[in-house]
Amino acid sequence: MPILEVKNIKKNFENTEVLKDISFDLEEGQTLSIIGSSGSGKTTLLRCLNFLETPDEGTITVRGKLLLDGANPITDQRQLRENRKHFGLVFQQFNLFPQYTALENVTLAPLLHSDPSMKDEIIEKGKALLAEMGLADRMGNYPHQLSGGQQQRVAIARALAMEPDILCFDEPTSALDPELTGEVLRVIRELASRHTTMIIVTHEMAFARDVADIAIFMDDGIILEKGSAKELINNPKEERTKQFLSSLSSR
Amino acid sequence: MFWTVTLSLLEGFWGTLKLFCLTLVFSLPLGLAICLCSRSKVKLIKLPIRLIIWVIRGTPLMLQLLVIYYGPGIFLGINVWGTDNRGRFLAALIAFVINYACYFSEIYRGGIQSIPVGQREAGKVLGMSRSQIFFKITMLQLIKRIVPPISNEIITLVKDTSLARVIAVYEIIWNGQSFIKSSGIIWPLFYTGAFYLIFSGLLSVLFVRIEKRLDYFR
Repeated sequence: MPILEVKNIKKNFENTEVLKDISFDLEEGQTLSIIGSSGSGKTTLLRCLNFLETPDEGTITVRGKLLLDGANPITDQRQLRENRKHFGLVFQQFNLFPQYTALENVTLAPLLHSDPSMKDEIIEKGKALLAEMGLADRMGNYPHQLSGGQQQRVAIARALAMEPDILCFDEPTSALDPELTGEVLRVIRELASRHTTMIIVTHEMAFARDVADIAIFMDDGIILEKGSAKELINNPKEERTKQFLSSLSSR
Repeated sequence: MFWTVTLSLLEGFWGTLKLFCLTLVFSLPLGLAICLCSRSKVKLIKLPIRLIIWVIRGTPLMLQLLVIYYGPGIFLGINVWGTDNRGRFLAALIAFVINYACYFSEIYRGGIQSIPVGQREAGKVLGMSRSQIFFKITMLQLIKRIVPPISNEIITLVKDTSLARVIAVYEIIWNGQSFIKSSGIIWPLFYTGAFYLIFSGLLSVLFVRIEKRLDYFR
């Protein structure tokens, strides 16, 4: 059984159809990358998965449990928050909390969600996560004292600390200087090699091809092409996909 | 003579200080309530509040004092303030609270709008509730952003309290001016300036300290 089943997601903003009819599955331990030009609906899809937007129609099911039904939206805030925890999200702009240190950013939500007796354990886990991100010596720093790449790695640790079933990335390197993208991509690559289930919206085609198992090409609110990441990026079938990929490589 | 004047001015300054402190105690929270209403999605709440803010910010505080003190008697034929000093003080306090609450509400509004949406979204994605997001994420960032404009308003309030004497509320300038009539000297009136200066100076030091305390993050 796939870990994630997305069925017939539709989303309109005002009179624009942003997502027209999106369906896909994802197996546990796989990495899916979503590619496509801006305005194709990639980010909206990711935001629907994280319940930042509510689809007008369609369902999202994780491990066989129906989490969201666009036709019958959840009104209970507590239930909504519970369902949300199946997904983690790493933002393009990091969105770290400026008034907290790197470690506090990572432990804030887990501490709020658990019994006070778990405190030491959560802090130890937070430290371990930051160490894995190569930030062992940066735990006490505030976000403004960190480089963009370091901030994004803290954000990844923060998302992992919630132990989501599926970790999503919204263009995780787009706000970074080119020389800083490497360190973030390395961390994501490491997560993929440990079979973390991930969905990555990215413009880094080489990275998507190497790291992702599956790729989806989105265009104008629909999934135009789906397949193994290597196959889709090296030998796209659709004319539109070819166009998009060649426009990127010619830059 | 100097000591007599100083003592009299200190007594008058007590009136100034009372008006100042009570205005802050009520207008800072009332401003937040007005701010939340002015951001409401319900037009029936939002529009009247926006109208009130426009009127209060668009007319002189001195006029508002006069309208609140004399208005009920003239338009409704009822004397709500009584005849003693306490009634006048209450009328002045209400005028100040409403006026400053409107200014504070606009400062809060600007502060809330300046916090990136991403902060709230990050909290949501981490499964935090609305109140957790407000108290654990937004509030301190909001305070940091509003301390400079709020401290500006508060220092203006120190000096604005002198307007209360248009409805004969005793405060320091009232006492200073009384020496012109009683003793024919004007320097006590000028001397009141020293009290304002020292008090606003102390407040400035306090606000700089608060800003420094919040300097550890950006």
